[in-house]
Amino acid sequence: MGRPVAIIGSGQTKHGSRFDVTYPDLVREAVRAVFEDTGITADDIDGVVSGTMPSMMEGVALTHFYFADAMCSVGKPILKTETCGSTGVSAALTGYYWVASGMADVILVVGSEKMHEGDSQATMTTVAEPFYQRFFISGAPGVFSMQSQMWMARYGIPEDKLRDAAAKVSVDHHRDALDNPYAHIKKAVTMDEVKNAKVITYPCRLWDICPNSDGACAVVFACEEKAKKICQKPAWIKGVGYRGDEYWFGDSDKVVWQGAIEAAREAYGAAGISNPLKELDVAEVYNPFTFQELLYYENFGFCDFGQACDYTLKGTFARGGELPCDPSGGTLCTNPIGATGLIRVAEAAMQVTGKAGDHQIEGAKLALAHAMGGVDQFNGIMILGSEL
Amino acid sequence: MAKHFQTLRHDVWLPYKFAVGPTFKRFYEGLKEKKILGNQCPKCGKILVPARTFCPTCYVDMGEWIEVSQEGEVVSWTLANYEFVGRPVDPPFIGALVRLEGTDCNFLHLIGGFDLSNKDTVRSKIKPGTRVKAVWSDEKTGHLLDIKYFEPV
Amino acid sequence: MVTSDKKGNPIIEAEVRIPYELAVGPTWYRFFEGFKQEKIFGTRCPKCNRVLVPARTFCPRCFVDMEEWVEVSQEGEIVAWVLTDYEYFGIPIKPPFIGSLIHLEGTDCTFNHLIGGFDLTDLDTVRKKVKNGMRVKAVWEKEKRGHILDIKHFTPV
Repeated sequence: MGRPVAIIGSGQTKHGSRFDVTYPDLVREAVRAVFEDTGITADDIDGVVSGTMPSMMEGVALTHFYFADAMCSVGKPILKTETCGSTGVSAALTGYYWVASGMADVILVVGSEKMHEGDSQATMTTVAEPFYQRFFISGAPGVFSMQSQMWMARYGIPEDKLRDAAAKVSVDHHRDALDNPYAHIKKAVTMDEVKNAKVITYPCRLWDICPNSDGACAVVFACEEKAKKICQKPAWIKGVGYRGDEYWFGDSDKVVWQGAIEAAREAYGAAGISNPLKELDVAEVYNPFTFQELLYYENFGFCDFGQACDYTLKGTFARGGELPCDPSGGTLCTNPIGATGLIRVAEAAMQVTGKAGDHQIEGAKLALAHAMGGVDQFNGIMILGSEL
Repeated sequence: MAKHFQTLRHDVWLPYKFAVGPTFKRFYEGLKEKKILGNQCPKCGKILVPARTFCPTCYVDMGEWIEVSQEGEVVSWTLANYEFVGRPVDPPFIGALVRLEGTDCNFLHLIGGFDLSNKDTVRSKIKPGTRVKAVWSDEKTGHLLDIKYFEPV
Repeated sequence: MVTSDKKGNPIIEAEVRIPYELAVGPTWYRFFEGFKQEKIFGTRCPKCNRVLVPARTFCPRCFVDMEEWVEVSQEGEIVAWVLTDYEYFGIPIKPPFIGSLIHLEGTDCTFNHLIGGFDLTDLDTVRKKVKNGMRVKAVWEKEKRGHILDIKHFTPV
């Protein structure tokens, strides 16, 4: 697995609609925040990793060139990663590999997006090639609705039960976001409001779906020696996993989703986890859509297939439950795509080091961070722990 | 005989709404008033143009805003003679790096004001070190092309 | 030119339109020639024996060339469907439309296309009519141009 690596701090912008600043200035806000959190400066950084959505999102190609100054990467080696929704986790993995390999001691990872500057669905659809899938992949809502559909039919989950479970997820997370100072959407919703909201793509309704957000997140990865010197409480990377599927949506099963299952299995293996429901204290699962979050519980082994709705309705995955999921409100309340996966990692690190403030899960020592990318194509997981 | 391969014509057409931010907003307002604005880093003292939010070397917020000289020397130039989607003006045009007097970086803009159709004429007129001066458009909209081009003095 | 958004923030509005010309290649070419003859072609992998549609140059799992072309059934079952009733800039098919994954008989993957042939304006009516597992069949356009939409949609049998 390479040598031990820790996260020594993180920084986030106030996510939301950020027309008050240009993109580079937004990125700098996050980088300054992580410098403040860690006490380090640009001189302490050996290299930088940048992650964003396909550059078409903001109309400027190769955004890591654009904000080289803002990320303090001038005069340093730099790597860029783009894996759509899972970009933030890919960027975190890139930073982790770099330090674990021994070729750098301290790496700055930055994820960012300014979704309000482009048309997000039009840009996301450019991921689909124009020979075949471009016509039928009706943006993200269409894809995840189809996936939920398949799952419901496969396990004979009654529509009402599924609707209630997804609504509970929405209600819980929107309330959780009120305790997260960086979250974008801060509006409590009721079960009725969620269940009767405007249909976007059936079964997904307005409050089942994430917002378009502007925002950036910065995280610093360090080797054991530097981490122990600089940081009082490092968050240690205990395990990682990443898997990609075939390109075409119809080529593999997205219900019993081998890519997600194996990414989790690899991460659990390295972290020594055999019963995730019992052993994990908190999970920041990528959840732009409530229905898809339920499916992840099953694919990550938090419960058996077909069971996620029952466990959810019992409160297992809510803040007071056995395995709180997304106490930050998650992607559902804040989604600057290039930053989102990295925010999951930052939140997991904050949880195991007691820095999550009002949404801290008491005594959390082991946390999972996850993000998914493409038309259900990539899954990445990072497990963080308070002990080396 | 040339072989013909079948192709699929496909346009990517996307709308954008860029945040201008306070720094560029002030810089553009300056252009409307026929001023070229830079600012100075309080740490290293460099004067950069266009004005920035922060110094890329020192990473601190830039300090004082300064109206910089509209004259300077050509550092480098190229005569562009082809069309491409997204071109600033129709060819032929000259893209150039100009060191405006009193500043510590090179300013990217156009050189013009004379016949560009013959490249030998152009080469005799413009060399590294040639002094140039900003010429303004009649209409100003707060855009970098409010400066029409830089003309040899 | 700098304008303002509703909150008074300075913004610049712009549109980017970039033209592309993609190579079609021999596999898509042969697949779409098949469409002109109202045939749907898949290819079979010599190693794993799966039949994939649309036809491929190579098997994405075994990574070997797929040289055996097979005409596949034009009928199959709906595996997933979604009614789309919103627009984004430049959406190629005007809503409402139903995107779907269809398992064509005899193939080993699912095929992405449209479900149609009936009124799509009311969600509740659509939900009563379209079900997972339902059998559907391809309906062709009269005029063909060698394009994925030469199949107009799949309609319930």
